[in-house]
Amino acid sequence: MNTKLLQQLCLAMCVLASSVINAQQQDFDAVTIEALQVRDNIYMLVGSGGNITVQVGEDGVLMVDTQYAPLSEKIIAKIRELSDGPLRYIINTHHHGDHTGGNANLRATGSTVVGGNVGGDITDAGAGAQIIAHENAMLHMIAPPEGQEAAPSEALPTLTYFNDKRDMWFNGEGIRVIHEPNAHTDGDSIVYFRQSDVIATGDVYVTGLYPFIDIASGGSIQGVIAAANNIIDLIIPVYGQDGGTLVIPGHGRLSDMGDVINWREMLTIIRDRVQDMIDRGLTLEEVQAARPTRDYDPRWGADTGFWTTTAFVAAVYQNLSTPQEGSL
Amino acid sequence: MAKFMRSAALSFCAVLGCLSAWTVQAEKNLAGVWSGTYAEDWPDRFPGPELGDYAGLPLNDADRLRAQSWSASLIALPEYQCRVHPADYANSFADIRIWEERDPITEVLIALHLQHFAWQTRRTIWMDGREHPPEYALHTSMGFSTGNWDGHVLTVHTTHLKEGWLRRNGVARSDQATVTEHFIRHDDILSWTVVVNDPTYLEEPFIRNRDYRYNIDGQIANYPCVSVIEMVREPGYIPHHLPGDNEDLMFFARNHQVPVAAAMGGAATMYPEYMQVLKTLPKPEAGN
Repeated sequence: MNTKLLQQLCLAMCVLASSVINAQQQDFDAVTIEALQVRDNIYMLVGSGGNITVQVGEDGVLMVDTQYAPLSEKIIAKIRELSDGPLRYIINTHHHGDHTGGNANLRATGSTVVGGNVGGDITDAGAGAQIIAHENAMLHMIAPPEGQEAAPSEALPTLTYFNDKRDMWFNGEGIRVIHEPNAHTDGDSIVYFRQSDVIATGDVYVTGLYPFIDIASGGSIQGVIAAANNIIDLIIPVYGQDGGTLVIPGHGRLSDMGDVINWREMLTIIRDRVQDMIDRGLTLEEVQAARPTRDYDPRWGADTGFWTTTAFVAAVYQNLSTPQEGSL
Repeated sequence: MAKFMRSAALSFCAVLGCLSAWTVQAEKNLAGVWSGTYAEDWPDRFPGPELGDYAGLPLNDADRLRAQSWSASLIALPEYQCRVHPADYANSFADIRIWEERDPITEVLIALHLQHFAWQTRRTIWMDGREHPPEYALHTSMGFSTGNWDGHVLTVHTTHLKEGWLRRNGVARSDQATVTEHFIRHDDILSWTVVVNDPTYLEEPFIRNRDYRYNIDGQIANYPCVSVIEMVREPGYIPHHLPGDNEDLMFFARNHQVPVAAAMGGAATMYPEYMQVLKTLPKPEAGN
């Protein structure tokens, strides 16, 4: 890896670290949690940090991701407007603090389903909601890459999986938690509510910025594109590219097939352009000078903040110029 | 007494008539089937625009590169085959049906519904003063529209549009765009003006006008579309041209001897003064 690339990726990681600090300094008092009804019993909660998906029903409440810890009271209050049932499950789409920061607070308000000779015998066996995540997400929460903060033990997943999916049944529908390898990180899960026909994607799909490829946590552009293709495979639209399966992104607005197709198209074209430049022997500096994203920058790019266009192009360049291991 | 009653009744009828006339004048009845009049912009509307023709579009550099990278082969992909025309483009095509939705008790207009023959898309224009949804709500091909009568002009404001296109040769319109439309009825002619404001891809608002004629015998047929695999391709393959590698880009300019700079569009190419600039620009070599 050349020095310039290393510098830029280090800079990106420093920015990520500073974003964690910024999150700690955010004025969470000013944040309001709003709920958008997506289906009869599925809601998207919007506040600060990653979108939260809430499924409510006879069995209780299941939520996907938990935003930041200081928002937990407001999140709980909003969930109570939707259901007075017990919080049973939290599913984490990945390990980043803007999606897992509220784990400990929210878990403490819920209870796990236990039975047989365990229930009632062990005082705390049923205490707290179950937290489900891919094993790699938990490993990153315990020992995060440099610049990211370790999670407290009470925020850690209590039920992990290491293969390609985990199925469960809750509130009258099958829920499939699907691993998307080496995408935003190496511990990404998307959550597919089969009867409600809703997919919560975590940060493998967002609607405001180029994808944050957390290389230090095993992310890659190829994995983000593969995740988009997998999500598109799951979607059945009503007609054309509209309606049908709805998609709750990690950040940004509610989406459907057309939005994910446009996202996949953009990333594939940028990937192909950078790959072509690498094949022609261009250095990172030359690739960045050629601005391979310039037609998409007004919509997706950023010159400042947590994830700039420069950092994105550097990450794509590094991914594509480094031989990939595994199946990607 | 009988004379008085007759006078009172006549006065009442006169008042009613005035009120009725005022209502008609203020809110035109748009319901019915309207057929497009295609004398204007025919090549763009039915045969479709030629490759590399962006003239008269106020697109910016970013949108120009998107258009130059576009490959027509994209629409052969199954997931693109039935993609519908967005609300702001659909009036370039085919006939439409408009009908009213009124409160059955008060007769207050709740919404206008509009169906395009092309792709059988339907949109709702809410007339009941409701708010637009928050930005994080779903964006669709038809968007979310609210309307109000400004005299006899129906003005419609649309947000929540999914990414679409300004021209069917790769010129994109972003999902950040908002659209203002004006529907003006003159007897049996409906003028429909679309103003697209796109902070992402346009240098200036893009304005398109279409005329329709009331069709007393008009019917709107079905428009079924079923995707099929037209050719076997690698999973995830997206057809596109790498920058500088699009051999079709000169197609329009060469065929019509239009200077390349004009064919590539931009806000300046919309205005009559550009005719003077055109005279100073070199024409491309003829050929395909």
